[in-house]
Amino acid sequence: MRRLLARVRSWEFVRQLRRNRMAVFGLAIVLIFLLAALFAPYLSPHDPLQRSLRQALDGPSWESPFGRDELGRDILSRVLHGARISLTIGLVSVGIGALAGVPVGAVSGYFGGAVDLLVQRLVDIMLAFPGILLAIIVVSTLGVGLTNAMIAVGIGTIPTYVRLVRGSVLSIKEYDYISAARAVGAGDLRIIFRHVLPNSMGPIVVQSTLQFAVAILWAAGLGFLGLGAQRPTPEWGAMLANSRMYIRVGAHATIFPGVAILLSVLGFNLFGDGLRDALDPRLRGRM
Amino acid sequence: MVWYFFRRLFLVIPTLVGVSIAVFAMVRLIPGDPALAMAGPHATPDYVQQIRLRLSLDEPLHVQYDRFMSGLLQGDLGRSTRTQRPVTAELWDKFPHTVELTLASLLIATAFGLPAGIISAAKRYSIFDNLSMLIALLGVSMPVFWLGLMLMLLFSVTLGWLPSVGRGSLLHLILPALTLGASSMAFVARITRSSMLEVLRQDYVVTARAKGLRERRVIYEHALKNALIPVVTVMGLQLGILLGGAVLTETVFAWPGVGRLMVDSIQARDYPVVQGAVLLLAVSFVLVNLLVDMTYALLDPRIKYN
Repeated sequence: MRRLLARVRSWEFVRQLRRNRMAVFGLAIVLIFLLAALFAPYLSPHDPLQRSLRQALDGPSWESPFGRDELGRDILSRVLHGARISLTIGLVSVGIGALAGVPVGAVSGYFGGAVDLLVQRLVDIMLAFPGILLAIIVVSTLGVGLTNAMIAVGIGTIPTYVRLVRGSVLSIKEYDYISAARAVGAGDLRIIFRHVLPNSMGPIVVQSTLQFAVAILWAAGLGFLGLGAQRPTPEWGAMLANSRMYIRVGAHATIFPGVAILLSVLGFNLFGDGLRDALDPRLRGRM
Repeated sequence: MVWYFFRRLFLVIPTLVGVSIAVFAMVRLIPGDPALAMAGPHATPDYVQQIRLRLSLDEPLHVQYDRFMSGLLQGDLGRSTRTQRPVTAELWDKFPHTVELTLASLLIATAFGLPAGIISAAKRYSIFDNLSMLIALLGVSMPVFWLGLMLMLLFSVTLGWLPSVGRGSLLHLILPALTLGASSMAFVARITRSSMLEVLRQDYVVTARAKGLRERRVIYEHALKNALIPVVTVMGLQLGILLGGAVLTETVFAWPGVGRLMVDSIQARDYPVVQGAVLLLAVSFVLVNLLVDMTYALLDPRIKYN
């Protein structure tokens, strides 16, 4: 019976999602980037690291649809391999943010009191560094590079998860079924992981989708500042940092990596917004 | 009311102390030997030792923090390892430029975002509404540095209307401010629209319409005033976010602000300046948010002060 209910609910949810054309569009973009990332070596017409100085900054052609960069590398191949890097960054940093932020937020909201006060002050401190600044601080401490950039972006997303999960736990723990679980003798940890967290999965999933977009943006920003992926890694932000010097002679080299960032971020944002609307019927028809 | 202000002020203190600890820890948490990392790979052992002594890295942590804090409270952030000038002097040279850029961005974001949001709400689902919400969506997803590059490509490289880099005339300010303000503009437009739609559903708006008031008066005199309260808050919060976002924009346009100084200093391992810049940006952000909260309390009498 429970399985059946779950299936009906998921069916209803999928129906809601499919009705939202923008969300479907977003999902399509995400899937295209996912395929590009998975099959980058097969889809790329050239080696993304192969230089060919004679072809430096050549415009788009049949041989290189996106043209060549300042060292004559094929931009399409680099953008495709960049999808691998950006999606990995998104996955790793959202993973770090969620794995650290969800339990901390749950404990903070569930127990309240001194623990909650302490955690919230810590979150306040992390949130005192606006936007990408927190990630920049972490990178400047750990040292520049792709791996550290992922960690930095991951740490930067922790406060969002803590706040979100705490809020959701605060409202769920007042429900009768939590009192019932406690009455039959369930321990705190069991209540948190078996009864509270599964019921706040919706907001967490939505947040993770939106946070994926933020992670891609921040990591590209770090790459652009020279604090993330280092050359010759075909990371979109780092590609822009190198090619922007040649914007007057080869504008195509600054256009395509940026379009890739814009589209992938847009895809995750649209899909995330759609998921939120589908999971939360109260929001339907607004915004 | 006064109590609320005091309480809010009081709550800021632990945050500021935490920020100072974080900035202090930044250097001490460098993996391996911080002094070695700061001196760079080609430094002589003498120079490494000199740095270690200057930052008193050889002392116990609490002594180090004590020195750091007493310096901080006296406005002494140490000296730049690159220029040997006091960090505060470096920061005061650049900070006004960052403030200038941030305020100009907020002005642009408001000047375009607010009317766009109001008109979108008044003419819901019209072509204007759909178009401006599409632009707002793009604005939220756009990497700010790439938008800067594209504006530069269009207005300075192709059309030759505006200077591409540096700071000087008012013309130099247009592209960086537009770049930095774009995502705030999108955000302000979206918030204004949803806030207006919310207010337009209220009973008193229905009453105003029922009285036979013209739609123009209903929207601009009755609805707008109340719809603006959350918008003012959002704008204030955006000011803080813009301070953080300035790092990328300043790098694109070679704008001589604190953000660019910070990035240059990270690459040059000039940690005292990095610490100073981080501290300045974070403290400004916290204080701006505090001011916004207080303004919000003044604006909206419905807020409870407990």
